[in-house]
Amino acid sequence: MSLLKVANISIGFAERNIVEGLSFELQAGEIGCLLGASGCGKTTVLRAIAGFEALRAGEIQLADVAVSTAEQMVPPQLRGVGMVFQDYALFPHLTVAANVAFGLKKLPKAEQTERVARMLALVGLADLGERYIHELSGGQQQRVALARALAPQPRLLLLDEPFSNLDVELRERLGQEVRAILKETGTTAILVTHDQREAFAVADQIGVMSEGHIRQWGTPYDLYHEPVDRFVANFIGEGVLLPAQLTGPQCIDFELGQICRTAPVACCVGCEMEVLIRPDDIQHNDASEMKAKVLAKAFRGAEFMYTLGLPSGRTLLSLVPSHHNHAIGEYIGIELEMDHLIVFKK
Amino acid sequence: MRLSSLRGMGYAAPIALLTIIPLLVVLSSFLHPQPEVWAHLSEYVLPDVIKNTLILIVGVGLGVLLLGVPLAWLTAVCEFPGRLFFSWALMLPLAMPAYVLAFVQVGLLDFTGPVQTLIRELTGDSSWFPRIRSTGGVIMVLSLAFYPYVYLLARNAFLTQGKRALEAAQMLGLSRAQGFWQVALPMARPWLIGGLTLALMETLADFGTVSIFNFDTFTTAIYKSWFALFNLPAASQLASILVLFVLVLVALEYWARGARLYHGRIVAAERIRLQGAYRWLAIALCSTVLLIAFIIPLIQLLLWVKTIWQDDFDARYIGFTLRSMLISLFAALIVAAFALLLVFIQRRFASTGTRWVVRLATLGYAVPGSVLAVGVFLPIAWLDNLLIPIANSMGFATFQILKGSVAVMLLALAARFMAVAFQPMESAMQRISRNQEDAARSLGLSQRQLLWRLHLPLLRGGVLTAVLMCFVDVMKEMPITLMTRPFGWDTLAVRVFEMTSEGMWANAALPSLMIVITGLIPVVLLVLKSED
Repeated sequence: MSLLKVANISIGFAERNIVEGLSFELQAGEIGCLLGASGCGKTTVLRAIAGFEALRAGEIQLADVAVSTAEQMVPPQLRGVGMVFQDYALFPHLTVAANVAFGLKKLPKAEQTERVARMLALVGLADLGERYIHELSGGQQQRVALARALAPQPRLLLLDEPFSNLDVELRERLGQEVRAILKETGTTAILVTHDQREAFAVADQIGVMSEGHIRQWGTPYDLYHEPVDRFVANFIGEGVLLPAQLTGPQCIDFELGQICRTAPVACCVGCEMEVLIRPDDIQHNDASEMKAKVLAKAFRGAEFMYTLGLPSGRTLLSLVPSHHNHAIGEYIGIELEMDHLIVFKK
Repeated sequence: MRLSSLRGMGYAAPIALLTIIPLLVVLSSFLHPQPEVWAHLSEYVLPDVIKNTLILIVGVGLGVLLLGVPLAWLTAVCEFPGRLFFSWALMLPLAMPAYVLAFVQVGLLDFTGPVQTLIRELTGDSSWFPRIRSTGGVIMVLSLAFYPYVYLLARNAFLTQGKRALEAAQMLGLSRAQGFWQVALPMARPWLIGGLTLALMETLADFGTVSIFNFDTFTTAIYKSWFALFNLPAASQLASILVLFVLVLVALEYWARGARLYHGRIVAAERIRLQGAYRWLAIALCSTVLLIAFIIPLIQLLLWVKTIWQDDFDARYIGFTLRSMLISLFAALIVAAFALLLVFIQRRFASTGTRWVVRLATLGYAVPGSVLAVGVFLPIAWLDNLLIPIANSMGFATFQILKGSVAVMLLALAARFMAVAFQPMESAMQRISRNQEDAARSLGLSQRQLLWRLHLPLLRGGVLTAVLMCFVDVMKEMPITLMTRPFGWDTLAVRVFEMTSEGMWANAALPSLMIVITGLIPVVLLVLKSED
């Protein structure tokens, strides 16, 4: 059963639609993510699910019950949806414990205390319940925000760029921690972010958004290796597009040779195509016949990212273990090692 | 969207009417001039009054800038012994109403005062000493009383414009002095104009000081027309012209507010360390202003109080004080309640329309008390005339119902001080983010619960500040209290007015001292706030 169903929703202000005809579903216990550049409408979708934005068209269902339609919406406080905000939005006049207890006022006192203690233990702040918010570090505030949102045991948790105010190192660690906590509590959640590493670290399913649409909805692995269009191919990971020709129903021919795959390529024979070459598709091999000139290189610790020039003047990216240290201008041998053939019509 | 805007405007409108009705009443008399009143005014009153008002605007405008800007620069950007002390002490003159400073300076510097007496004892002649009861004297006193507005805002500008721009100017070849004139000062312009317009609004509103100096301006002319000539149409006509002056200042101030940009904050290490003679010059300048504007007047007040204490302090003072406290507290609570409503309305129904109505509701800070007194009294008198026949027919033998009651005074005071209460609450409200509200909603709170569990707890500090500031402002207030108080309702400020109009400085000192001491409360608040 899908816990959340977003069906064909449109949201707009004044004359402009910010989100148009957007749909996706999330199963109970799954962590979804809306990934996109700022201004693509991802936060608006999140706020619509929370009940803060009205729909112009479409429907949002929680556990098969419509909570938002163009005609009516269930107010936020009755949806059982929790939210973690980018700026945490903690209450400065309350202690950490009182912040976490804020949404529990309907429970008996003893149960509240017990729940707060459990939540604080869950996020690793068991000893800080009596502190005030301004006495905490950014990472700690982030955890309080998570504990506060999880305390009423929401059916669905929304996370709006929850890590963007933290420094890079903490961001990654907290991302993994948050995923572990969500999985431990079996919480269904949606994360909104512009950072694909964050999305990959936390989410089971990711929707790549641009201009109010979801371009592709899938697992991180699929998005990287099976992008459905140029936008997703460019947005996720690195790579280049090279011109190619369809030579048979399942084979293409391009500058680096011919490759075939099992599934047919949806295009007629002989038409102009482009093939996506990821940096990990190009292997370095000194023995190889095929040579390319090193145009630029970026040292990444374990690897070099080489920008390579082909005889045609086009460039390639190649990820090479860093003990292969070649000078700029040098010609090096390369090999094609592709598991996934991604072609787009020109 | 549109509906919520209309609702916001609708809810805020009744509060705004408190200010709008008096203003419209006064302005309407400008639109329907009565020829005989107009002829009298334009022949005997207006030429002097307009000339004097313009002189005051130019004189006090220059005065507050010349005092406020250098003091702000010294305490914000420079470093010299005593800087920290002066940076808050220079706000102290805010505690002393201009009319108190006025009679103390007159008492001190007049022919019979201690300064000229001392000069005569030492040199035998003091006839060269400039007359204090002169145009120059009024300008000096008002400048000393109102420079803190410019000082406060200019200081804020210099502190927050950051040192980077000045350093960039120096890298581009400007000397430090050129940097001040070409970069720091132009960047601070919106703040300076903001402070200047506030000071000039107070100047236009001032009644006590100019009446002590017998310097005829609109406020004194309004008072005389009403209470000496019993000519209310003339008072209203004069008030309408004064409002035109005020509206110009309001527009200017509004522009200045929008034009402010903040960049970081100056930290201790970036201050310019003054060396040698400059240090002493800085200390001398700061102490001179502080002495003349606050310390010497305060000492003089204490000395006068000492001489009359035993004879003058009697049972009447319990009445003056009690009435002052009562009216101040009452007005403060009413104003705070209205202002709180405005703050909520503005948040709940946020829209341009709502903001404009709220802005109108808080316009009173710019409108002189004497204008509001006239503007409130006229419609109330009109209402009374409607009600009296009804009351008489019901068997009550009365000639006034609302006219002579505290209600008139409270309405006018509420309009005048709405902004004083609104501002601290609004800034407290601005610290509550939309996300905090949304977080509370997603944790199960309804709109109404939001008010009790989020807004009110977080606004507590702002509300308290608002009540306190209003309390003190009402206590210091003179023209509204004087013109609209019920018969026999003498307060401390009224007592000051009566004693000073007889030239009995020492007797005026006692109620003044009480007002000054109460007036210190908001200054202390201000100082505490500016420290962090």
